[in-house]
Amino acid sequence: MCLGVPAKVLEVRRERELLTAVVDFGGVCRSVCLEHVPETQPGEYVLVHVGFALSRIDEEEANRIFALMRELDEMDGFEKLAE
Amino acid sequence: MRFVDEYRDGPTARRLADAIQRAATRRWTLMEVCGGQTHTILKYGLDQLLPECIELLHGPGCPVCVTSLEMIDKAHDIASRPEVIFCSYGDMLRIPGSRGDLLRLKASGSDIRILYSPLDAVRLAEEHPDRQVVFFAVGFETTAPAHAMAAWLARQRRLANFSLLVSHVMVPPALAFILQAPGNRVQAFLGPGHVCTVMGTSEYAPICARYRTPIVVTGFEPVDLLEGVLCAVRQLEKGEARVENQYARVVRDGGNAASRRLLQEVFEVCDRQWRGIGLLPKSGLRLSDEYRELDAEQRFEVEAIVPAEPRECISGQVLRGLKRPMDCAAYGSTCTPMTPLGATMVSSEGACAAYYRYGRPAAP
Repeated sequence: MCLGVPAKVLEVRRERELLTAVVDFGGVCRSVCLEHVPETQPGEYVLVHVGFALSRIDEEEANRIFALMRELDEMDGFEKLAE
Repeated sequence: MRFVDEYRDGPTARRLADAIQRAATRRWTLMEVCGGQTHTILKYGLDQLLPECIELLHGPGCPVCVTSLEMIDKAHDIASRPEVIFCSYGDMLRIPGSRGDLLRLKASGSDIRILYSPLDAVRLAEEHPDRQVVFFAVGFETTAPAHAMAAWLARQRRLANFSLLVSHVMVPPALAFILQAPGNRVQAFLGPGHVCTVMGTSEYAPICARYRTPIVVTGFEPVDLLEGVLCAVRQLEKGEARVENQYARVVRDGGNAASRRLLQEVFEVCDRQWRGIGLLPKSGLRLSDEYRELDAEQRFEVEAIVPAEPRECISGQVLRGLKRPMDCAAYGSTCTPMTPLGATMVSSEGACAAYYRYGRPAAP
């Protein structure tokens, strides 16, 4: 139930007292509450849970997985050399 | 979809499984805390992809599963009143209480609505000033800020007909309980990525230190889980026990400051009954004094209910990682997702339901 889904922020706006955003979940768009990450800008990705954006997704950290893969490749290379 | 596809990549997953195989020199037993993580593991067959020396136990992080029978019965009582529009997440409706489930109550004419967001319940309260709108606020720390915001908004808009039936639980006391239990086999945790998105990682360091157990805060996609296992195995092999953050693209060490401020204002810590586990001190949240007027338990004066669990169900031991779903004689025979005996077979995030759905056979 702690399901959180990444979505792209299309538009930031105010609906009565709440800061909200229209976000795109890979084709499905809906309005979500942005009060917990008010500094979010259009174009950024956020993690959405039950209609609330809870975190801005950090691109640099997201790219770390590719660095890890390179590290594993290099380890493979060393092992092959050792064989 | 960005931030999804790259974490479901088959070759990347296989590379990680190989790296885990190389890193592990002995058997290790890990527990993934969240039901969502369990679901991913079974759905993508990660349990079969991992080397045999890695055993995954499935943790208690399924709010639908651990919500007490007493609370389900209270929900049933409140939802059956004619003036009430009872609102809930869909998963809660099929949980068997001792008086039946909410879905059957809905079929017999009670006004029960499945909502995506608690803000939809606030809107319903505005649209129906002549009715009492009650939202069933279950969940872990991930969901608490949404419920807190609904409470704040209802007060802001002076909605006298909105209330919350609160059954919030928190992860750290459950992890300590599991590690203390006699017969515990957990050597490291894959920690709850979305709970930590809200709360941050600092609460977990004392647990790592006290029980000498690594906790790797982990995401929910297959590649996340495998990287989490790799981090945990590397720590175990080196004899380390610290908090590590695999899910840093989403989780900041300090959590979400705005969410935490709102939680402080709207909720306070309380003791909480967990289904299958029992009463855990300081393991729940309830409305603070300032927000107590929105408490549905008080508004509707629900009588004390003494519920009884079906005797053959072992969901309590499954939730604590002591037994696997197939260790239960009822699994797949008298207990299936269509006729569930216990909560772990009802929720799509429950370990029993995930095993059944993805074709793990009953014991011969």
